[in-house]
Amino acid sequence: MDVFVPRTLDEALEIKAARPDAVPIAGGTDLMVELNLNRRRPRALLDVSRLAELRRCGREDGAVFLGAGVSYTRVIAELPECVPLAQASRAVGSPQIRNRGTVGGNLGTASPAGDALPVLAAYDAEIVVATRDGARALPWAQFLVGPKQTALPPDGLILGARWRIARGPGSFSKVGTRNAMVIAIASLCLVLDEEQRAVRVALGSVGPTVLRAPDAEAYAAEAMARAGTWDDPAALPAPREIEEWAQRVAGAARPIDDVRGTAAYRRHACAALARRALRWALEDRRAGGRA
Amino acid sequence: MSVRTLPVTRGGIGESVPRVDAVPKAKGTFLFASDLWAEDMLWGFTVRSPHPHARIRSIDVSGALAHPGVRAVLLAGDVPGRKTYGLEFADQPVLAWDRVRYAGEPVAIGAAEDPETARRAGERIVVDYEVLPAVTDMAQALRADAPRVHDFGNVLRHVHIVHGDPDAPADVWVEGYYETAVQDQAPLGPEAGLAIPAPDGGVDLYVATQWLHVDRQQIAPCLGLPAHKVRLHLAGVGGAFGAREDLSMQIHASLLALRTGRPVKIAYGREESFLGHVHRHPARIWMRHGARRDGTLVCVRARILVDGGAYASSSAAVIGNASTFACGPYEVPNALVDGTAVYTHNPPCGAMRGFGAVQVCFAHEAQMDRLARALGRDPVELRLRNALRTSSVLPTGQVVRGSAPVAAVIRRCAALPLPPEAPPAGRGDPRAYPGGCGNVSRGERLRRGVGFAVGYKNIAYSEGFDDASAARVRLRADAAGPIAEVRSAAAEVGQGIHTILAQIARTELGVERVAILPPDTGVGSAGSTSASRQTMMSGGAVQAACAAVREALFARVRRSLARPRGELRLAGGLVLLDGEPVGPIAAFLDEPVEAERVYHHRPTRPLDARGQGEPHAAFAFAAERAVVEVDEELGLVRVVQIAAAQDVGRALHPQSVQGQIEGGTAQGLGLALMEELQLRDGRIRNASFTDYLIPTIADMPPVVSALVEEPEPGAPYGAKGVGEPATIVATAAIVAALRDATGRELNRVPVRPDDLAGLAPPVAPVAPPPPPPQGSGPEPVPWAHGLATGQHELLQEPAHEGAGEDPRPWERTRGGTGS
Repeated sequence: MDVFVPRTLDEALEIKAARPDAVPIAGGTDLMVELNLNRRRPRALLDVSRLAELRRCGREDGAVFLGAGVSYTRVIAELPECVPLAQASRAVGSPQIRNRGTVGGNLGTASPAGDALPVLAAYDAEIVVATRDGARALPWAQFLVGPKQTALPPDGLILGARWRIARGPGSFSKVGTRNAMVIAIASLCLVLDEEQRAVRVALGSVGPTVLRAPDAEAYAAEAMARAGTWDDPAALPAPREIEEWAQRVAGAARPIDDVRGTAAYRRHACAALARRALRWALEDRRAGGRA
Repeated sequence: MSVRTLPVTRGGIGESVPRVDAVPKAKGTFLFASDLWAEDMLWGFTVRSPHPHARIRSIDVSGALAHPGVRAVLLAGDVPGRKTYGLEFADQPVLAWDRVRYAGEPVAIGAAEDPETARRAGERIVVDYEVLPAVTDMAQALRADAPRVHDFGNVLRHVHIVHGDPDAPADVWVEGYYETAVQDQAPLGPEAGLAIPAPDGGVDLYVATQWLHVDRQQIAPCLGLPAHKVRLHLAGVGGAFGAREDLSMQIHASLLALRTGRPVKIAYGREESFLGHVHRHPARIWMRHGARRDGTLVCVRARILVDGGAYASSSAAVIGNASTFACGPYEVPNALVDGTAVYTHNPPCGAMRGFGAVQVCFAHEAQMDRLARALGRDPVELRLRNALRTSSVLPTGQVVRGSAPVAAVIRRCAALPLPPEAPPAGRGDPRAYPGGCGNVSRGERLRRGVGFAVGYKNIAYSEGFDDASAARVRLRADAAGPIAEVRSAAAEVGQGIHTILAQIARTELGVERVAILPPDTGVGSAGSTSASRQTMMSGGAVQAACAAVREALFARVRRSLARPRGELRLAGGLVLLDGEPVGPIAAFLDEPVEAERVYHHRPTRPLDARGQGEPHAAFAFAAERAVVEVDEELGLVRVVQIAAAQDVGRALHPQSVQGQIEGGTAQGLGLALMEELQLRDGRIRNASFTDYLIPTIADMPPVVSALVEEPEPGAPYGAKGVGEPATIVATAAIVAALRDATGRELNRVPVRPDDLAGLAPPVAPVAPPPPPPQGSGPEPVPWAHGLATGQHELLQEPAHEGAGEDPRPWERTRGGTGS
């Protein structure tokens, strides 16, 4: 097995162009496990942990850019205003895993259970991909195309994710049968966008890839508009509307039975998480709102 | 007048001294078995069956042997001695020759220059299997038309206990059905060892195990070597919990080392570890309890079925325990218990912390709560009313002779302070709610519940087996003063026996410097680090050896003193005569003093055909109260507090005792809430720590523990073993609390979120309990031999005299051989 240790992004992209079979490795929290369990034997590894471009993190031109090589520990420390992302980051593994693991790894692995992915989906993030010919941005849904499948070209590397900063409350929640260090049975991210008066919700671990629930989103935004909630945080949608929202979110799930949980429980959990997340967001708006 | 200061010996029994292995383990310098390394060593690998039941048509090893760096590939035909081994019955092939009986069974082994080559070589061995119908359901295994796992049938052992009049009338009856899943010991250290060929034609094996001598008894006959040429040394053990009672890689590594003439290391990865050790038996239990209106138990009827998997392992002893402890720590005047362990084509089950008592405790404690409800009585009061005590008669007819402070553990546990009532909302941190770090709650749909459970089990081995322990102690002096050297084969598996043995030597010999020599087979057997027995057994042996050393030293002292009368004592490095120092101990140690002693527990007797006998040597009891919070919508749980009271006889190292209670509780919590090795058609679906979940610190509540110290007569310092009782009761207490919180029946563990959220009904038996198999009592295993029951030492090579049976069936397998 060849291991490439490029110092610059240009060097890394040259190597990737010459050796498209080289698998990028940053924290190794997915890949090293697969190697150890003999599930995968790549012919080459490309260590991206030294690339400065992948370690950038912060506000750039009215958007947030999160480099693919930024660890979850850094996300928690450096992007606390991105509440759902910080919550998702805290839900990842153990402190040791959070010190190593990166959002780029979640994107590259493209597991529907990747904790950061519902947040990126709810943020309507773009994934920035580079090849020798330059960088381009893909909407998240065009990047995550299936279970463990991405639109990353064979000669490309993930630079990071970028999203417009939306004002409004939101949260990330994940259900597992253990209170820490667990792969999600179901996860949900809700974002309220005050400027666009939009509700965005994304689900993890309940379908072949991360799912949005556009029908439920439109319903909730309209229900909030009808109740006057967008203008008056104290004016709340009716409980039956919140219930309808929850059921529509659950209806968007496409869960299966597997070793971690049943499809019935997953759908049930989606409704519960949706109900709670919307109530929390409405509570937080009343309490003064959170970014 | 001068003030006399009495000399004291620091670090003796009763003190929570630092563990002898604490610093290297905390610093990461302690070498575990998987860290072993030798110059020029090879890496062994194992090829395992993917099928639960198949005939082996042929094995082609040529591809592996042609692979550069591969030094040997061995098949069953290459095993020079006995082809099978086992703890109680030698029914398990070293390597399968004609049939495989579970998915994961070893069929070939090999050795290569490095681990990567070993892994690739294993993939090049081609086994041609004819897949056969498998029986993977324990009830179906008892049907006449079920595929037979072994030629003699699928009954591994049936235990039938009749006590009093099982038809005795009662005022109130309650009935329940219970299931427990397959739990795994999940030791963090995977199976590993290093075999080094010796110039005498023998082998030195460094291995993580629980009992060096019983390993050797199984290994040597398979290698075709006399016992003295197979020398075992304990390597660093990363947890055991029963998983290391059976052999894993021991014979394989030894065979490869002897064949290649080079050291061979085998270290399993995590996935292989799940295939390479036995698991806790899954159980199906039907129970009926009858009581008088005042709450006095009249009768218990129990039908217990456990799945032993493809080979016997310690199943016979496990079903013995499950049956003899089925009625719980209560006076039960009438009982009928039928317990059956069956063979199936599932991976073998065997020893795990609690050893049969865990499964029945889950059932009998649920029954006691049902009974309390039916009678309108307080569940704690009901247990107190029926509590066992010294002189009580057990369903086996055994009279409880040792200490049995059941009422005391119940009262002490119930009196421990409850946690404060927490506000349902506004706790700030999601970790304060069920779901923890997943951030799923601000206090929605939160229900608190409290549950209580009592349980007990045997200390040391049972049913007539004399699992004695030997120890050698040598007292000598060097420039730094006197030092006691303790030589014991007791396996330190992380529980702390080495620290206890050092404390005992200090107390008995009055010296503070103690060296614990590495455990190996160069000293007599210490018996297994199992069954909560080492403190009592090896502690007793070291205490007796120290006493003999002390007496020999006193004889020297008396010879050298003018005043021979008076009481001699050792303390603080001094010899005292009637409390007055007569000189340092070292002054009498021109020559070392040495003694070896063997400790035996009270003899036990096997069960007869009606389950009567005196099966157990001593008992340990525990009670736990669990407080839980359930998110009844998401079905998630936060255990808020565990209150534990345990009968420990006497705490020789209080901190270690509390550690065992906390660790034992964590393992019981795991079975209650998450731990299940999932099998489908005989195959393990979650052989990883990603999907086999064990509790983290975020799942464990604070444990408030009370130690009930009522000394056990005849045990060293009155100490009882403490490793298992907490595991036995924790599962039952936590599920009782979940029932209290949700009102749901919850008759299967682990309880899943679906059960708590009301998405899944209670489990129901698919059929009525299977009738007891014909011929109660132990079923001998033809040709493979075995002593009937209990973990008996193996006998000599059995005679292969089965009528018309091919005496050496393994030789039918064509096979490759070493290069």
